[in-house]
Formats: sequence, C-alpha cells, structure tokens
Amino acid sequence: MSQRARNVTESGAPGIRHTSSSSGDFATDASIEFRHVGKSMKQGNQIVPVLRDLSGVIPHGCVVTLVGPSGSGKSTLLSLCNLLITPDEGEVYVHGREVREWSIPRLRQTVGLVFQSPAMFPGTVMDNLQYGPQLRGETLGNPKRVLQSVGLAEDMLARDAGELSGGQKQRIALARTLVNNPEVLLLDEVTSALDPSAARDVEEWILKVHEERGTTLLWVTHSLEQARRVGDWTWLLVDGQMAEVAPTEEFFETPKSDVTARFLAGELGGGAS
Amino acid sequence: MSLATLSFTLAFVAGALVLSIWLKLGLQKDIIVATVRSTIQLLVVGYILKVVFKLDNPLFIGLMVMLMMVVATQNAAKRGKGIKRVWWRIFVAITATEVATQGLLLGLRITPATPRYIIPLSGMIVGNAMIVSGLLLNRFISEASSHRGEILATLALGGTPKQSIMPFLKNAIRASMIPTIDSAKTTGLVQLPGMMTGLIVAGADPIQAVRYQLLILFSITASAALTSIVLGFLTYPQFFTRLQQLVLPE
Ligand SMILES: Nc1ncnc2c1ncn2[C@@H]1O[C@H](COP(=O)(O)OP(=O)(O)OP(=O)(O)O)[C@@H](O)[C@H]1O
Ligand SMILES: [Mg+2]
Repeated sequence: MSQRARNVTESGAPGIRHTSSSSGDFATDASIEFRHVGKSMKQGNQIVPVLRDLSGVIPHGCVVTLVGPSGSGKSTLLSLCNLLITPDEGEVYVHGREVREWSIPRLRQTVGLVFQSPAMFPGTVMDNLQYGPQLRGETLGNPKRVLQSVGLAEDMLARDAGELSGGQKQRIALARTLVNNPEVLLLDEVTSALDPSAARDVEEWILKVHEERGTTLLWVTHSLEQARRVGDWTWLLVDGQMAEVAPTEEFFETPKSDVTARFLAGELGGGAS
Repeated sequence: MSLATLSFTLAFVAGALVLSIWLKLGLQKDIIVATVRSTIQLLVVGYILKVVFKLDNPLFIGLMVMLMMVVATQNAAKRGKGIKRVWWRIFVAITATEVATQGLLLGLRITPATPRYIIPLSGMIVGNAMIVSGLLLNRFISEASSHRGEILATLALGGTPKQSIMPFLKNAIRASMIPTIDSAKTTGLVQLPGMMTGLIVAGADPIQAVRYQLLILFSITASAALTSIVLGFLTYPQFFTRLQQLVLPE
C-alpha cells in the first residue's frame, strides 16, 4: 500500500481535471483520461443517458477503485477504455492518444479487460492461456510461469477449462489477459462471484502483478472494503455522473459530497460490502 | 389426366373440411385458402412454363429464374431480421450459387441448355438455397447471441472480428447444411424425391429417373455448401462496427 501510495505522489496525481479550456493539452503521465464523456444507450424504445459529461484522469501506475450503485455506468466506463463501445460525446485518451486513433488490436492488447463472469474458450487451460498470442500468430513462451503468477499449480495446464470452479476460471481469465502484458488493466468486479477467501486471494495476486509490472489498474468493485484496501484513488459514479473523486483514504474517512456519505451509508443501494 | 379426373381429388379436401368441422379444429378457412392458392399458383405457373418452353427465349428464361431468386430472397430475408442490408447479401449468395451450379451443368454439357431443364433445376437449386439461407441466418444470430461472452473476450484480447466470430459462423454453416445432407442420406428410403416421382408417373424409365435425381442431389448438396459459405462470409461483418465492436441484430 505504501509502495503504491508513493507511486502516486511521485506522479503528482490529480484525480480529476477540467480540461474544457485546454484543448490540445493532456497530462503526459496519464494512463487514461476521460474528457467530457457522454454515452446513451437504447433500452426498449427509449434512448437513455448512461454516462454524462464525465471527466477524470488515471495517472500511470495508479490504482483507481470505481464504485457506485448498480446500473450507474461502471462497466460501460470500462468498455470505453478499450473501445468495446464508443462514446457519443467527448474523448477517451490512453497514453495521450485518443482511443479511436489507436490500432484497435494494439489498443486492446495494451488495455486488458477482465470481465465479471469470464467466458472460457473451449479446450484446456493451456489453450486458454495461449489464446491471446495465437490471435497474433505467436506462441506463448512460459505457460507455467503464467499460471504461477495467478497462484495456480502448473499441473492445471491440461485440465478442461470448462470444468473449473468459478474462482479458478476467474484466475485463468486474469492470466489470459496478463499474457498480453497489458499496461493498463480494467477489472470488472472480478472477485464478486468468489467466496471471501478466494476473493482475497485473487486480489493479492492482482496487487502483486501491479507491484511487479507497474500496471495501471481501474478496478470496479461492489465491495467497499476492497475498494478501500486496494485503491490509491476512489471514484464514485452515480447515475452516470462522477459524484466524487478523492484519494481513497479521504473518500472513506472524510467524504466531501453528500451523495458519497449517503452511498457509504448504503442508502443508494449497490454499495453494500 | 383430365381436369374432370383431377377435380375428383377435391373429395379429399372435402373430407378434410368435414373432419375439421366435426372435430372443431377451426382449420376450414386455412384449408380452403391453401387449396385455392395452390391451384391458382400452379395453374398460372403451368401456363407460364408452357409459354416459356415454347418461346425458348433466353430473355424469358432469365426473367423466370430472376423471379425465383427474388421470391426466394424475400422469403429467406425474414430469417435475418435485424441484420443490416441482409436482402442484398442473400440475393448475392443465391445468385452466385445458381450461376455456379448452372454454369457447371450447362458448361460441361451435363444438361441441355433448354428451358425444360434450366427452369426446373433452377427451381430446386434456388429453393434449397433459400432454405439453407434461412437456416444459416437463424442459427448464426442465435449462435452469436449465446456466445456473446466469448466474442467479446476475443475482441478484448486484441482479436479481430473475424477471429472472434469464426467458430460460431462455422457452427451455423454446419447446422444449415445438415438437413440437406440428412435428406441426401435417406433419399429413396423414406420418400421418393418429387422430381423422380414425377418422371416415373409420367412414364420414364426408373433408372433414367434415378440418374436425374442423383444429378439433382449432387447439385443441391454442392449448392447448399456454396450458399451457406458465401452468405456466412458476407453476413458476419454486419455484426461489427467499423471500430470492431460487436453489435448483435435485435
Ligand atoms: N448493451 C447495452 N444496451 C443497452 N443498455 C445498456 C447496455 N449495457 C448497459 N446498459 C445500461 O446502461 C446502464 C449502466 O450499465 P452498466 O452495466 O455500465 O452499469 P454498472 O454500473 O456496471 O452496473 P452493475 O454494478 O450492476 O454491474 C444500465 O442502465 C444498463 O441497463
Ligand atoms: Mg457492471
């Protein structure tokens, strides 16, 4: 934790900046920057705003925990970072370049996303780990080390991926993404389907990767305890709007906004740990 | 067979009507509509064929085949609702199949280039291509939506749209061809194919009829594969945006 906290201070991280006036200028130390992002989606016959005028900066090597009630737009925000969806308004910058200007496979390799309930590809654990490199016609160098990096024994390689437990699948999904050596990792409630000890375990492995590789993390979680434990900064999303951005300790100790206090008290739903 | 003899078979329809009324099946209207429709459609087609056969003019043959393909496309397109610009894709797939198959049959002089051969064979090729197209689209949409997670996971790992959807496109292509292959496997054992029955009833030598039936069978199997593959490859890009995002048909 102290190690990470130091990282952040070194990069002199503001959590949010209003950049309406400064058109061409962005923080070069920013891993991800959202600028006035808006997104609407079709629900039935209506077009409903899901994200509204949202701005924020994630510095290099920083852990941002993203919390908010169910349906507040957290998963949607993650999908903007690797261009699985496009914003209707505003821009998203990764390493200073707008996502739509990246080569898309390159962007998605650089910005890894682990889904809440990951789909396994048919075949063995080995097949799943090799999947990413194979898409590019490469082979995976050291599958055993990859397994170790998420705390799994190497004799799992030959197992059928479809038959693993939820926790094991989640780790394989994480490992599968790590094989791409992402510089940014988007985590969508990766531990919420796991029992507490498995969740804690996966959490530790993620932090270990973060510390070893300096990976930037944008980590969506339902567990406020987890958000507090792992975060350097915490963002609160309510109704598609950024309700609060603060260093994690401040966020939980001395929330500035009324909404945050109510969210922490469990009054908005979806925040219960 | 005289018209008078034919009209006796209406007694069967009358029988069905009586049963429907008696058992309160409520099918009377449908039975009558079906009877009237099929009578009119077939009579009209019979007269048109008679004229086209007699004129033996490439223009009319072309028009007739074109009409078949448009109707078939129209029908198959219902299965692909929600896929953008699906009509043209089906039309291209069916046309490609018809052109390739007839090209081979006529080019190698397997069948003579007369309307008597071209039109019925086209009917069977296009008709089967229509069924295969419908099956393919139906299955492709449901494969893609039930494997959304895997498709998204592949994209998120830096895979291309094609890489992400290929396994499911293959499943759909396979599934769309199964009925054609299965019916080829049991042909003659379960039911005698329509064309063969027709030839035999009209007095042709059964062995000769079988040869024609085999010709049809082979053409139809090949054309099912062709339609399915062409249509599948024309359709899958419609499941993605320019920015390689998945958009499932609604
Ligand atoms: N593909 C989609 N089509 C239409 N609406 C969508 C789509 N994806 C998300 N939404 C809507 O956008 C809103 C935000 O969804 P999102 O999944 O981002 O919320 P979330 O904060 O991740 O919620 P949760 O905590 O339950 O995962 C919701 O109202 C949801 O119904
Ligand atoms: Mg979500």
